[in-house]
Amino acid sequence: METKKKVRDFLSRFIGNAKINDEDNIFDKKLVNSLFAMQLVVFVENEFGIVLQNEDLNLENFKSINSITDLIELKKDVA
Amino acid sequence: MNEEKKNIVAVVGAGIMGTGIAQRFATFGYHIILLDLSESILEKAMMRIEKNVSIRKMFQADAPDAEDIKRRIHITTDYQELKEADFVIENVSEKAEVKQEVYQKLCRCLNDECYILVNTSCIPITRLAGYMARPDKVIGVHFMNPPDVQKFSEVIKGMYTSEETINIVKRLLSSVAIECTVVNDSPGFVSNRLSHLFMNEAANLVFEGVADAEQIDQIFTEGFGHKMGPLHTADLIGIDTVMQSLQVLYEEYQDSRFRCSPLIKKMYYANKLGMKTKEGFFKY
Repeated sequence: METKKKVRDFLSRFIGNAKINDEDNIFDKKLVNSLFAMQLVVFVENEFGIVLQNEDLNLENFKSINSITDLIELKKDVA
Repeated sequence: MNEEKKNIVAVVGAGIMGTGIAQRFATFGYHIILLDLSESILEKAMMRIEKNVSIRKMFQADAPDAEDIKRRIHITTDYQELKEADFVIENVSEKAEVKQEVYQKLCRCLNDECYILVNTSCIPITRLAGYMARPDKVIGVHFMNPPDVQKFSEVIKGMYTSEETINIVKRLLSSVAIECTVVNDSPGFVSNRLSHLFMNEAANLVFEGVADAEQIDQIFTEGFGHKMGPLHTADLIGIDTVMQSLQVLYEEYQDSRFRCSPLIKKMYYANKLGMKTKEGFFKY
């Protein structure tokens, strides 16, 4: 899946050599911080041409590679 | 929400830094006057604040609501509205001639007791203080990006900055949870004299084909343990701002160490300005 690969590539830039699975909670594992969260939102909007609304900015939507991918696919469909 | 404070903080320039600074001070209870050239710039700034606050709330459930923060920020394009300000934080473009024009306007409208915090990357504080009637109340505060998140700043004492100004500004920063260290005035101060050498030389390494951007940043993050590599940092700051800062450093020192990399110039001409244009050394 192209979307998932792009998300994984983006994340890998921040987490260095740490290994994560698609279901792993990246915040619980302390792999990223709040500064990263801002960059992640900008990446999702810019890379996939979608606009996230305030109600989309929920930790559940950003907690793992799978949930980020699901959010992007959902928003792409709506757009 | 933090306790409401009496002081009025005017933020001049509603770009990325000014917007983040306005958000932070409003979050800590200050009344903000946010000034820029047009209503449309100011409206965009308020939208950015709303989104940033929503992102913050993802991690911090008890963080204040965007509406509460926005209520404390008054937007204007009229310098006359700054006359009641206790502090001005100036964040306009990193061009001496633009700043000079702004300082001349500020000099005409501020009250004598107002403290002026210059948020600049490289321009000497003493040079900008020269445009003001009270240079003892002018001080440099190099806020780090993004200012609504970072907890440290470099404070710069101009030639005429008084001890009273230093102490009051230290207290002001402490009230918004920012620690600082005070250094003497010098173009680029400590942080940017060092960081811009790293960014410029990293760009030269890419330009010469010695290593790609990914490799260079990896050496800094995984090798040196930095949180972010120099090229990612350049993208975050903005290639245009990095280029302007290098030009100021070169002009002030007349030293070839600060000669801007041809690659940085090329990226500027191609509008590859980093995160803000979705592409710089990396894609976003």
